[in-house]
Amino acid sequence: MSILEVRGVNKSFGGLQALNDVNLSVEEGTVHAIIGPNGAGKSTLLNCFIGKLVPDTGTVNFNGHSLLGIKPHEINQLGVSRVFQTPEIFADLTVFENVIIACFAKRDGSFALNAMASIASQNDMKEKAEQMLIDVNMIDKRDEIASSMSRGDKRRLEMAMCLAQDPKLLLLDEPTAGMARADTNNTIDLLREIQQASGITMAIIEHDMHVVFSLAEKISVLAQGTVIVEDAPENIKGNPKVQEAYLGGAH
Amino acid sequence: MLGLNKKDFGLLTIVIILTVFAPFLLNPFPEGSALAQFNAGYPDLMQRLVIFGIFAIGFNILFGLTGYLSFGHAAFLGAGSYAGIWMIKLLTLNIVPAIVASIIVAGLFSLLVGWISLRRSGIYFSILTLAFAQMSYSLAYSVLTPITGGETGLQPKVSDPRIFDAALAEGTTPRANLFGMFMNDSYELSVAGWVFTFNVGYYIAAIFMVIAFYISIRIFRSPFGLMLRAVKSNQQRLNYTGVQSKPYTLAAFVISGMYAGLAGGLLVAMDTQAGAERMFWTASGEVVLMTILGGAGTLIGPVLGAGFIKYFENIVSKINESILQAWFSFMPEAIQDLFVAIFYPFIGKGGHLTLGIIFMLVVIFLPGGLMEGGQRIANLFKKKTKSDTGSGNASPAAAE
Amino acid sequence: MDAIILQILNGLDKGSAYALIALGLTLIFGTLGVVNFAHGALFMIGAFCAVTISRLLTLSHTVLDETKTDFLGNPLKVDVPYIYDIFGESAGNAIIDWSVPISILFAIPIMILIGVIMERGLIRHFYKRPHADQILVTFGLAIVLQEIIKYFYGANPIPTPAPEAFKGSFDFGAMLGMEGAGIIYPYWRLVYFAFSAVIIGAVFAFLQFTTFGMVVRAGMSDRETVGLLGINIDKRFTIMFGLAAAVAGLAGVMYTPINSPNYHMGMDFLVLSFVVVVVGGMGSLSGAVLAGFLLGILESFASMTVVLEALPGINQIIIYLVAIIVLLTRPRGLMGKAGVMEE
Repeated sequence: MSILEVRGVNKSFGGLQALNDVNLSVEEGTVHAIIGPNGAGKSTLLNCFIGKLVPDTGTVNFNGHSLLGIKPHEINQLGVSRVFQTPEIFADLTVFENVIIACFAKRDGSFALNAMASIASQNDMKEKAEQMLIDVNMIDKRDEIASSMSRGDKRRLEMAMCLAQDPKLLLLDEPTAGMARADTNNTIDLLREIQQASGITMAIIEHDMHVVFSLAEKISVLAQGTVIVEDAPENIKGNPKVQEAYLGGAH
Repeated sequence: MLGLNKKDFGLLTIVIILTVFAPFLLNPFPEGSALAQFNAGYPDLMQRLVIFGIFAIGFNILFGLTGYLSFGHAAFLGAGSYAGIWMIKLLTLNIVPAIVASIIVAGLFSLLVGWISLRRSGIYFSILTLAFAQMSYSLAYSVLTPITGGETGLQPKVSDPRIFDAALAEGTTPRANLFGMFMNDSYELSVAGWVFTFNVGYYIAAIFMVIAFYISIRIFRSPFGLMLRAVKSNQQRLNYTGVQSKPYTLAAFVISGMYAGLAGGLLVAMDTQAGAERMFWTASGEVVLMTILGGAGTLIGPVLGAGFIKYFENIVSKINESILQAWFSFMPEAIQDLFVAIFYPFIGKGGHLTLGIIFMLVVIFLPGGLMEGGQRIANLFKKKTKSDTGSGNASPAAAE
Repeated sequence: MDAIILQILNGLDKGSAYALIALGLTLIFGTLGVVNFAHGALFMIGAFCAVTISRLLTLSHTVLDETKTDFLGNPLKVDVPYIYDIFGESAGNAIIDWSVPISILFAIPIMILIGVIMERGLIRHFYKRPHADQILVTFGLAIVLQEIIKYFYGANPIPTPAPEAFKGSFDFGAMLGMEGAGIIYPYWRLVYFAFSAVIIGAVFAFLQFTTFGMVVRAGMSDRETVGLLGINIDKRFTIMFGLAAAVAGLAGVMYTPINSPNYHMGMDFLVLSFVVVVVGGMGSLSGAVLAGFLLGILESFASMTVVLEALPGINQIIIYLVAIIVLLTRPRGLMGKAGVMEE
């Protein structure tokens, strides 16, 4: 069963057609990679999934709900979380606070006036946040201010925030960009573990083919705003259309 | 204890001790001594210190946590004042209805203003709040004169209805009270050369401030408070984390509006008068100054800022030229005149000049206010003892 | 018809002041990205330039006038301005009479100097700080400046008259062929409007036709690119700040005969001018000017007796009301570009 269903999505900025009749379907419980040359419209497409952009035409359905015309926080409450290309974190809060905010958002919904409850007394939330930090191997940085960390750490923190919400669909925009090889491998292992343990559906944009082929069960190739191929990884490598898109079509 | 951790409970205890012993602490100099004019232990000023402390604590919940800079909070203080004075005029000289009404009216008014103003952020938000406050001020002065008393303001009269009270005799002054304790009653204690004044109104206002301070600690340490800090830090991320920021900012706005209303109600309870000048935008600017000066986003900073500014306004502005002359009288006359000439512009009526300069220096060099200054000094002393700041969940340095 | 014309005219002088201050605010915000709460203080300092010049011109020494005697028969002591000694009595008198326009000559360099000192000494260090910090530090500066003026000039308004030739009013209706319609208008207000129009025109011409202006305009629309071109932006920022200060100062100088200057006039105008900028559109120069005049005229219409009878107190709040409506329905303002501090 497909959890995310994208049909006939078009989006243009001024005269530029960024997305051109995009069709895509992400199967529940799988890792689906979206690859393609620079400027193919990958990030634009993700932005249409989280309410940052609204497509000109077309439909985006998640678990039977349309994601168009509803606000970003509502989309997240439906179970869609996103890791951004440049980490979006609460830079002047501590690492622990960053993660526990995500835990509260999951538990309390979009708004709760729990102004008299003490964070210190919320043991289950604290434990959950700490467990998340252990999972991404950051527990030793628990009380550091987020802005003081390296880019790779910020990205792992953002991933911990997203995972703390137990999303149904996790969108990852180049989750390993700027990471060292070892960190990249750790991240691959982490994502694979989580995927196998909880069966979260993941849609991942990635340039690093090592990551793509380690994780993805299905790959969509986006070129010039449209999906040219959607297939299993082993069939992608030799596909002439893909080679053309990367080598010839880039200009 | 009381749902606070050790550190916060310690802070609360310090505030309680300071307010209880304020009549002693603020009167360190013997009566009649040369420094007696620096004594601040008289009822009127002490009441103001704690009441504006409440105002600043509330403002800090909005500005310190969310970063939304309101330039119109005096409107809520003013609205609270008017609500309070009407309760005193219509119902009873007992201050309970006045305080309750002032909080409710200011809360509703801030709900309306906040609901509209919070549709914008940044400087637009500041200007919207400013516009609302100036509108309230102008209306209070003109069209709303039947409700506000216009330029003369409102005071209780013997002829007021006061349906819960027995009629007052002609010629007596209506005095506000709390179940028979009159706000302007004081007990004076003379010890050697010192005179200490214990005022009923001050202690009642102080109890309110301690409660207000306690609630503010709870808010700071709650998930709600954390969400407010998240709004300040990265509103986009918060939305993509499934949280709607506007209800949070609006709640913070209304809470701070209610604090302002409480301050307004207490002002009325103490001096039984209300006027439009309390709503003027400079009054809004003053609470901004207090909060920044003390340290926005810190717990106790705004209280210190309020105390500092009110003390300064009342004490330094009373120093006049002849007092200056007396201070420098040990010098040769020419040098004495020179010193008087140098210092004179900064004291007395020029007190605001000094305040403005201090404020600028704080914004430029100490964005974290006096609290940051104190912390830096403290850090100098414990430089050697490991560079572990141990911010924990307090992180007052995150005040940006 | 005549009532409408009269209200438009009445709105022009205040509108001119709003437009001039808002223009400077927008120049500073658009080029430097700084929200300057001390801009009203510059307007006020300009006004006090005029006060100072007129005081300097009337500086006198006492002489014995042999031609007159007091009741004891002694020669009468009279004050004679030094300026009489230099230019003679009639020329001296004329100079004193024209002290406000003459102040312009002195105010320009003084205001530019103050502006440059402000930018170099303070504002420069706040380019990278958040807008809230900019508001706060310039707010502090405004308090300091107005307290300094208060210290030297006192708290009371200081009447500073227009030249004799421009005192009084004239029948503006007669010029439109509507004699006796009652459109009586003071000369000086017309002068103020004309003066403002010239200044606004000069600023726009400067930005439109000089290379300097072109760079500044380019900087307003895309600061980063201009920075990348290797153009020395810093120096231009300083000059722009000086220019904006001069515009505000001149607006203040010429406003003195309309309203006697006092130390808090800057703050009074600043709050309204900010509202004007927001209505016009943050960062839009033509929007600032347009909104300035529009709101000035609107305020004047709201003060009509007919309007006040229907909506009491509307004249006090009309500008704020318009601002609130504009901000909520069209956050970018009347002529603002999309995306400039929107949201």
